[in-house]
Formats: sequence, C-alpha cells, structure tokens
Amino acid sequence: MGNKRFKMYMKMVSSSLIRRASRLVIAVLAIAIGATILSGLVTIYYDIPEQLGREFRSYGANMIILPEGDSTITRETLNSLREIIGVNRIVGLAPYRYQTVKINEQPYIIAGTDLEQAEKNSPFWYIEGSWGNSQDTSSVMVGHEIAETLGLKLGDTFRVQGVKYGEQAEASRQDLSAKDNQKRDSAWQNFSRILTVKGIVSTGGAEEGFIFADVDMLDELIGDTFRADVVECSIAANAQELSELSEKITRDIPGLMPRAVRRLTQSQDIVLGKLQALVLLVTVVVLIITMISVYTTMMAMVAERRREIALKKALGAENKLVMSELLGEGVLLGFIGGALGVFLGFEFALRVSLNVFGRAINFQAALIPVTIAVFIIITVLASIIPVRKVMDIHPAIVLKGE
Amino acid sequence: MPKKILELQNVSKIYGELRALSDINLTVNAGDWLSIMGPSGSGKTTMINIIGCMDTPSVGKVILDGVDISRENAASLTRIRRDKIGLIFQQFHLISYLTAVENVMVAQYYHSMPDEAEALEALAKVGLAERAGHLPAQLSGGEQQRVCIARALINSPQILLGDEPTGNLDEENEGIVVDIFRRLHEEGVTIIIVTHDPEVGDVAQRKIILEHGKITGDIDQSATFGKI
Repeated sequence: MGNKRFKMYMKMVSSSLIRRASRLVIAVLAIAIGATILSGLVTIYYDIPEQLGREFRSYGANMIILPEGDSTITRETLNSLREIIGVNRIVGLAPYRYQTVKINEQPYIIAGTDLEQAEKNSPFWYIEGSWGNSQDTSSVMVGHEIAETLGLKLGDTFRVQGVKYGEQAEASRQDLSAKDNQKRDSAWQNFSRILTVKGIVSTGGAEEGFIFADVDMLDELIGDTFRADVVECSIAANAQELSELSEKITRDIPGLMPRAVRRLTQSQDIVLGKLQALVLLVTVVVLIITMISVYTTMMAMVAERRREIALKKALGAENKLVMSELLGEGVLLGFIGGALGVFLGFEFALRVSLNVFGRAINFQAALIPVTIAVFIIITVLASIIPVRKVMDIHPAIVLKGE
Repeated sequence: MPKKILELQNVSKIYGELRALSDINLTVNAGDWLSIMGPSGSGKTTMINIIGCMDTPSVGKVILDGVDISRENAASLTRIRRDKIGLIFQQFHLISYLTAVENVMVAQYYHSMPDEAEALEALAKVGLAERAGHLPAQLSGGEQQRVCIARALINSPQILLGDEPTGNLDEENEGIVVDIFRRLHEEGVTIIIVTHDPEVGDVAQRKIILEHGKITGDIDQSATFGKI
C-alpha cells in the first residue's frame, strides 16, 4: 500500500525534474560546479600533505641520527631503524661513514654511503657526470672543491691511501730512502686503491669537500665491517610525526640520538597549514555560493509553479505534502549535482595535482557518499525558505478563472 | 425525501466595505444538477469558493453532508475538500509534466492510494482511454477538460463543482462535456456548475441567478430538463 504511494511520490518528483529538465539545468549546473570544486578541493586537501611532503623531501634529509659518544651505528641497528620508521614512509635512508685518506700525501675525507639512498635524500645536488652506485665500486663522486684542488675531471683516476681500521700509522723515516718509505706505505697495515671520477658534486655547501664512495667498498678498503657515523633520513612525515618518531627511536634503540631538521619540518608545516586553511576557506565560500544559487533557483521555481502548487492544494494536498514533494526535488537535484561533481572534482584535482606537483592523485572512494550527502543537505537547507512559501499560496486566489 | 447534501444558511462574505455575498440561503439535494449564473462581480466565484471549501463565510453557516464547515480552519477545509468535493476548472489546471493518467492518479494520491487501473477506468469513462499516456501539451482543450473531469470524479466526491468548465472550449467540446455531465447526473452525481454560458446553464435541472451577491432567481428547469 505504502509502496504505491511512494512510487507515485517518486514519479511526481522525478517527472518534474526530467520533463522540466531545461528549466532545472541551471540549478543542476550550480550544484555540480559547487560539488566539483568541493570534492576537488577536498581531494587536494587530503593529498596535499603527501604531495607537499614529497616536494619537501627534495630539499634534503629531515632527520639526522647520530650515535651517542664515540660509538657507531651497526648494520643491525640500521635495519631496526628501517623497521621503526616504516618502509612506506622512508624516501631515503643513507648511512655515512667518514674516513680520512691521503691523496698525493694530502688528507681528504671519503664519505662512504649507500649512494642510491643518498641520491634519494639529496636530489637537489648538482652532479656533473653521474651518481655513483653499488655495482661500480671503483667509481666515486668527488666534491667540486676537491676536483678543483686536484685538477680532476670526469673519467680521471686518482690514488687514495691510508691506514686500515684499527692499525697504527707509521711516519716516514728520515733515515730511509723515498723508495723504502714508499714500501712501508704499501705494507699490510695500509691500504691503497685507484679510484675513477664518475661525478663531480656541486652543492654550494660542505659536500663539495668530500669524496663520495660506496660504503661497502670503503669498509672493504679499510678492512672493517659496517660502521656508520651518522644516518641521514628523508621521511614522509610532518613535524609532529617526526617528533613522535624521534621519541620512539630513542626509546626502542638505546644509544641513538635522532634529530629532526627543524628548518625543513617547520617550513613544511607552515606551508601546509596555510594551504589547507586556504582550501578550507575556498570550500566554505563555494558552499555558500552554491546555497545562494540553489536558494534563488528554488525561489524562482516556487514562484513559477504557484498554479501547480495551488492546484495540488485544491485537490486536497496538505502543505507538508506539497513541501515534501518540492524538497524531494531538491534532494534529487542535490544527488544528481553531487554525483556529477564527485567525478568532475576528481578530474579537477587530478589535473591540478599533475600540473602543480607533477604526480597523479588517489581517488578517495569515501568522497562519493560524503559529497553527495553534503550537497543533498545543502540543497535541502537552501530550499527550506523557498519551499515554506507554499504555505502562503491560496488555491482560491491563484486558481480563480480568468 | 432526498438527502440534503449542501445547505447555505444566511451566508454573507464581506471584504471591508464590500459584501461579495449577502444573506444567501440555498439547499442542494444529493443528485441535483445545479447551475449558478450571473454577471461578472455577482459573487459567483466567492460562492463557489465557499462551497468548494476554499474559503469561509463571514456570516452564516455552510452545512456540507450534515456537518457545519463554516468555522473550520484551512487544514480542516483541505481535508473536507479532498474527501467530498471534485473540482473542475475553466483553465483545466493539469500538471504539465504528468501524463493524463498520472494527473488523475495525483488526486488519488492526495486522497488515499493511487491506483492506475482505476485511473484508466475513469479516463475511459470520459472517452480518453487511448490518450492516457499523453502529456497535457499533447491534448486538445476538450481532452484536457475531460482529464480534469476524470480527476474530479476519481475519489467519488459528494459534489462535482465546476467553475466555468466550458469557458475555454469550442462548441463541439462543450457538447461533449455537457453530455458527460448529463451521464454523471443519471448516475446520481451531484453537480454544481458556475457558468456564464446560458446554453450550459439551461441544461441543468435547476438554475440559480446571482446579482450583486444576492440570489435573484432560483429556477426549476425540471420541465425542460433532459430535453435541451
């Protein structure tokens, strides 16, 4: 029984929209545009932290982990660190071991690292040539300053020498010939290797004074196992998350001192905060404009349909029944506009993301019901005052013969 | 003795200085066919609004089916109108986005329960079974008025009330509509028609003449009834 009434109600509501589509196209457009902007902005709103976080990651590591005192960081500790931080959040995690070597009897420092990870941490480094890697361990990158001092160019070779880990250096003796001293230098406690320049590093910073080599090659060269003096991490996280992560690392791995790079994390949070506030503001403005647009459309619709409303009342429809029909039309308008807007909004967000961040964006399935529900509510709210005008329509006055 | 379906007792309608209706007394029995005639401004519309439960008198009583409805509020009048009155308008007033059968079903929907089969039957009675799926814009004026009559009859009202029902029709369609009234009267439907048209007024069983808000004539046309 009730089903028949509901079917008739739906018939009236849908027929009114479908058969009067040309008159309602503006209302649907207004709602769809509003829903497009809203769902697009909300998609961006939720994606900005990740997108911007990744952008900020290109400005370098945002967490430095140092060992306490004179200790070093072992391979096991490094693996534990990876687990605690979480593989998904790690953009780059590069251990560094610093070793003093001699080139042409002058001291220089080799920084042994995981070069692939270092590249992820520091994409802003300008490399003439190319980054080194763990496959070609005899090729290294030299800082611009060293390259200038030693007159090195890409493809040039140079010899590094030094004392193996844990051994004592023996000074050249004046009572020995140069040849004898050279023999002493190549004795078992010392190392010597010829390396090739694969890249020249320019950063404008201290990095220009280092030689960057694969850490395993360095360990093998100096005859020691893995020991990192510092670990640089680039983590997709905001300041709060980094702070929590620091506490967790300190708690779970004793002997480590994690330090967030505040300069980066704070800038990231400030920019994010401002962008999200802007998105929120625009969203609120869009919602208000949509409400005004729906309000005026519904007002015009009620005025235009005075005769029809009066007729329904003359046929015995109570005010609330006629109002429920008009609100039903509003709900349907909100549904259609909202549904259109969700998909157009994703397209909008995708284009913005591709143009601004150069990355695609994930479709938030939860936005479908949320956007539709929001626009149904907005349409109904905006329709309340126009629909209440039904009560002022008197059939005897409106329907009198002319 | 025929049942009194409608009684107006000393009914007046006063708008400020203007007396649209003045001390009207009228009794209509069940099954009567009554026409109300008079010049513009005579109070015909005011009277039909009061009979049709779309207005209330300033003074006097309106007793419909034994119940005094003269002091009912708007919501109550709406319910009474829905249950007891079937309205036919000069302008047809069909809902433009609904088909003929859906327009009939709208009256069922507001009254009780929509039933398409019944609505189609009502359209068949006015000779529009074939046009049930057409929108008002696809129907002629006469067809639209017949849909309007089917809609007015669908809930079996106690009074069929027409406000200039042939006012917008050509002669041929006017004849069709009058024939429908005639048939309905034979079936026992109470019909009250307000009209300017003497030909439509004269076919009724009884004719009321209104002038300046007063009944100046109450003519029994039984002698000629059914012969015109």
